[in-house]
Amino acid sequence: MKRGFWLSLLVLSTLLLSSPAIMAAGPPPVGGTLPDFTLPLPEGSAERDYLGLSSRGNFTVPDIKAKVVLIEIFSMYCPFCQKDAPNMNAFYEAVEKNPNSKGKIKIIGVGAGNSAYEVNVFRQRYTVPFPLFPDPDFTLHNLLGETRTPYFIAVQIGENKSHRVIYSKLGSFGDVNAFLETILKASAMK
Amino acid sequence: MRKIFVFGFLLVFAAVSFFPQVTQAQTKSEAFKDNIYETGTLKPRDSVLKVKVGQKAPNFTLPAVAGGKVALSQFHRKKNVVISFVPAAWTPVCSDQWPGYNIVKDIFDAHDTMLLGITVDNIPTLFAWTNQMGQLWFPILSDFYPHGKVAQKYGVLRSDGTAERALFIIDKKGVIRYIDVHDINKRPPLENLVRELEKLK
Repeated sequence: MKRGFWLSLLVLSTLLLSSPAIMAAGPPPVGGTLPDFTLPLPEGSAERDYLGLSSRGNFTVPDIKAKVVLIEIFSMYCPFCQKDAPNMNAFYEAVEKNPNSKGKIKIIGVGAGNSAYEVNVFRQRYTVPFPLFPDPDFTLHNLLGETRTPYFIAVQIGENKSHRVIYSKLGSFGDVNAFLETILKASAMK
Repeated sequence: MRKIFVFGFLLVFAAVSFFPQVTQAQTKSEAFKDNIYETGTLKPRDSVLKVKVGQKAPNFTLPAVAGGKVALSQFHRKKNVVISFVPAAWTPVCSDQWPGYNIVKDIFDAHDTMLLGITVDNIPTLFAWTNQMGQLWFPILSDFYPHGKVAQKYGVLRSDGTAERALFIIDKKGVIRYIDVHDINKRPPLENLVRELEKLK
């Protein structure tokens, strides 16, 4: 009986410490990995093609056909995200124009606390060319360390869907070409 | 005996897993930096409505942050009005509500609707706070003195002197068409408001 108690306590504390919902003390650091989560496959075929996904159902970030995936955690309600939206579009253009990065760097956005409708408002208002995903219950926002917005995480995708965080920072990255250089260097793509 | 342990364990685990999502279901824009005061989770609702759908909306006149005064009656026969009460400046969820409305002026225009934002804060506080949101297209009104008089009239003044997170839609005839006294800890999804605006036609 006493042993049962200590055993339960041990199992409980181990589980508590390893549960991602509780672990999320901060955003994934450079050198670390993303927490486990899946995203729903985009409905539009253009977005699916962009991400290189064809299967049905959900996918994970390392499933994306890319060498590097840049995740923007944003909110339709966040003034800095609104202000930074044109810069994000400019970065998308810069990536697509540069032969070193075209097809190798992909961008996705996660709308923290935003419904599908709200994410769509943001997409239309700023003609966002890359896929945006709603996160109405803050599930992903919690997993990703409850960051302020906008927050940027770049992940390098390796062999067998391994991955590694190469950039993790709060706030606009500013100059798009300088940032592209940073990402290319950090991922040894250049 | 073992069953009790397993049950107790599951219960605690479930409670703890659920906890972070309940208390921290909010994001903060970097625009406000470290200036947001953490309120923690508040009692979802702490007032009793004094108006209802179908009634004439009580008129009010309040000072605006941009200067001058704004009266509800000035929109009579001209515009529908959405009144957005938010609890207080510099608090977590409110700071992330009006900036969203700020990028959907076209939706309000399409439904011939004016938006009025109201809190019980004084003008200087509202000035400093709303400055972080960029240029707002709608008036921000101060229900500061006599304290929360308008919130009181509508029945959305909480016992601590802040307002509820509440939305009222008033049509061109001055009749209240929709009321959402929302859980103060959560932001009302935009689509709910838009759906109600569509019904005005």
